[in-house]
Amino acid sequence: MKVKLSLLVPLAFLAVQTTLAQEKPASYKQQLEGTKLSFDMVAIPGGEFIMGSKKGNADEQPVHKVKVAPFWMSSYEVIWDNYEPFLYKDYEAAHSTAPIPKNVDAITRPTKPYLDMTFGMGKEGQPALAMTHYNAIQYCKWLYARTGVFYRLPTEAEWEYACRAGSVTEYSFGNDGSKLGDYAWFNGNSDGKTHVVGQKKPNAWGLYDMYGNVAEWTYDQYIPDFYASVKGDKANDPVAVPEKLYPNAVRGGAYNDEAKDARSASRLASDPSWKQLDPQIPKSNWWFPEAPFVGMRLVRPVTPPSKEEIEAYYSKAPIKDY
Amino acid sequence: MNNEELRDKRREFLKTSALVAGGVMLNGVAFANGGAHSSVDDTIKIALIGCGGRGTGAAFQALSTKQNLKLVAMADAFSDRLEGAYKEISDKFGVKVDVPKERRFVGFDAYKKAIALADVVILATPPGFRPSHFEEAVNQSKHVFMEKPVAVDSPGIRKVLAAAEIAKTKKLNVVVGLQRRYQNNYRDVIKRIQDGAIGDITGGQVYWNSGGVWVKPREVNQTEMEYQMRNWYYFNWLCGDHIVEQHVHNIDIANWVKNAYPVSVQGTGSRAWRTGKDYGEIYDNHSVELTYADGSVINSQCRHFEGIDNRVDESFHGTKGRVFLSAGNEGRLYDTKNKLIYNYSSKVNPNPYQTEHDELFAAIAKGEYKFWDAERGAKSCMTAIIGRYATYSGKTIKWDDALKADNSLFPDELSWTAKPKLLPDANGLYPIPTPGQTKVI
Repeated sequence: MKVKLSLLVPLAFLAVQTTLAQEKPASYKQQLEGTKLSFDMVAIPGGEFIMGSKKGNADEQPVHKVKVAPFWMSSYEVIWDNYEPFLYKDYEAAHSTAPIPKNVDAITRPTKPYLDMTFGMGKEGQPALAMTHYNAIQYCKWLYARTGVFYRLPTEAEWEYACRAGSVTEYSFGNDGSKLGDYAWFNGNSDGKTHVVGQKKPNAWGLYDMYGNVAEWTYDQYIPDFYASVKGDKANDPVAVPEKLYPNAVRGGAYNDEAKDARSASRLASDPSWKQLDPQIPKSNWWFPEAPFVGMRLVRPVTPPSKEEIEAYYSKAPIKDY
Repeated sequence: MNNEELRDKRREFLKTSALVAGGVMLNGVAFANGGAHSSVDDTIKIALIGCGGRGTGAAFQALSTKQNLKLVAMADAFSDRLEGAYKEISDKFGVKVDVPKERRFVGFDAYKKAIALADVVILATPPGFRPSHFEEAVNQSKHVFMEKPVAVDSPGIRKVLAAAEIAKTKKLNVVVGLQRRYQNNYRDVIKRIQDGAIGDITGGQVYWNSGGVWVKPREVNQTEMEYQMRNWYYFNWLCGDHIVEQHVHNIDIANWVKNAYPVSVQGTGSRAWRTGKDYGEIYDNHSVELTYADGSVINSQCRHFEGIDNRVDESFHGTKGRVFLSAGNEGRLYDTKNKLIYNYSSKVNPNPYQTEHDELFAAIAKGEYKFWDAERGAKSCMTAIIGRYATYSGKTIKWDDALKADNSLFPDELSWTAKPKLLPDANGLYPIPTPGQTKVI
């Protein structure tokens, strides 16, 4: 099925989405209308899996059964090429082939980072990084305004389910961490930097760079013993809704991580120290000058929430940071 | 309270607290900072001059040190900025903030009244005001934390250098917020360079290429003075251009590594894309060569462009190798064959913005005279200012000529209705410096 989603107008999309939900979803390319930009979304079937790892850290236990509804996930981490038009409105205008729609123009943009947020690692085709959790969600809001499609961060459960792609081992390719270099940029092969996305082998579901390159934001609050509470109904699409600014759960490990910290079940918690080099008070809601290892990947649920719920997801006020 | 008195009080405090600490230890109770043992006298009183985001940040850092501090006075040109900062700081620090309405001073002369009430002052207004604020603080015998830049033109630099001399004779601690000087990777690796790890430094490149900063749109009923004050980044009498305001960090590293200041500077710059009326008079790019007395040349590049490759770091080449440094806690030394010979690495990277306050207030609390950053801070700012002279004029500018220049950018009168020296034309556009036409010194 090939759907030209970019033609859908926001008012009509809910109805169309409902139709989509009843069909078997297919992978698709999301064009950003009025630009030359696009990204690929991979269909992830709904299903059950065992979340966590008995061999892993304490926060990966107890292992438990989780049910996940179908969704799409971006095949690659979000790259600077697709992120910077959100960051810089003038840049967006300069690179558009059509006028920027009013609802897109009205989106609040990040404050301009005063440092080089690529940290010398390169930009074209490489993952956008060092954005805060709030920033990552506001990027999704910009995409929503641009496309009419509800994009959001994966939940931890969705992320791990997609990463495992049916596997039950420590990595989607087995238990042997020495093979990680075939699938990932990590501290054993990265030369201390991020790389152009999609150069390594994908997992069985066609997702690239799930391990390494940049670690990826999930929507969840990081709660070390959260898995103990995931039982019964709570095991259907579990999520620890974030209520505090810190910590949130980050997944997949990054270019600077060891192989053991870039497994399917590995969890990392965001930390205020990632912002300590921000000299202003209040600190920026948008940037982590000391977290060049954090990026993002998009999810789109096959059954989207209501328009009100979508607005609520995007409109949570940033929590002030000191 | 002058420095000697302050030091005596510090000594008294130390004796008293040592006795109390001993007693407390016998009781097995933790020795809390401040707390029941302290008398009124042991408190170090601070005043915040300039209540923007950075000033508020600096106050947070001061009040987060282990010393017994109290914020007693605040000053800003704008009441809304002052009240906003007051709320942030008192929400966070509670009883450490004792700034009732009568000690919140608003206006262009507010700084004098706030300085008078403190032992230590934090100077964090836009840099154009720094020379007169620093001079006043030194005249009133206060210890100082002041943000970079410390001036925006030659007369301002001369004022800071003169006050720095007086501060030395009065033994007033002065820390300048060039925080890389207080960051472990820079301290460690530059010491290695100065101990000869890569030989004599023969050249280098320093960068601050980023996406630019905020804009505050002009509001109706705003006087020109208020507009420029709100948008201080884009006006040289307040900011000095971004080569001074931001890039001074990297230029300061060049001077630190060379252990010298350039004898001459030449360069080029322009407004390549940031040309609208929202952007005052400053350039969006500068590229300059800093030539030192030994003939070595360090290239400096700074720009505010969006969506292209950015870079904020420093590299230097020596007779025995090269070095790469960045504020992301990086520091690597290579030999002439490009082999890595040292890689700075630490699991713990203290926040340099905090370290500069920790060290300053520890010295003050002990009655020690340990920091005299004003002169080197002023000279690195002068280096950046000469860079601006070079790009605006297209000429090679000699250090000695530049330092002597009588070219104050400061308005003749400070008030909300007074006219700054630079005014917009009928279309709202400001005169832009033009090489070959603009006179800089």
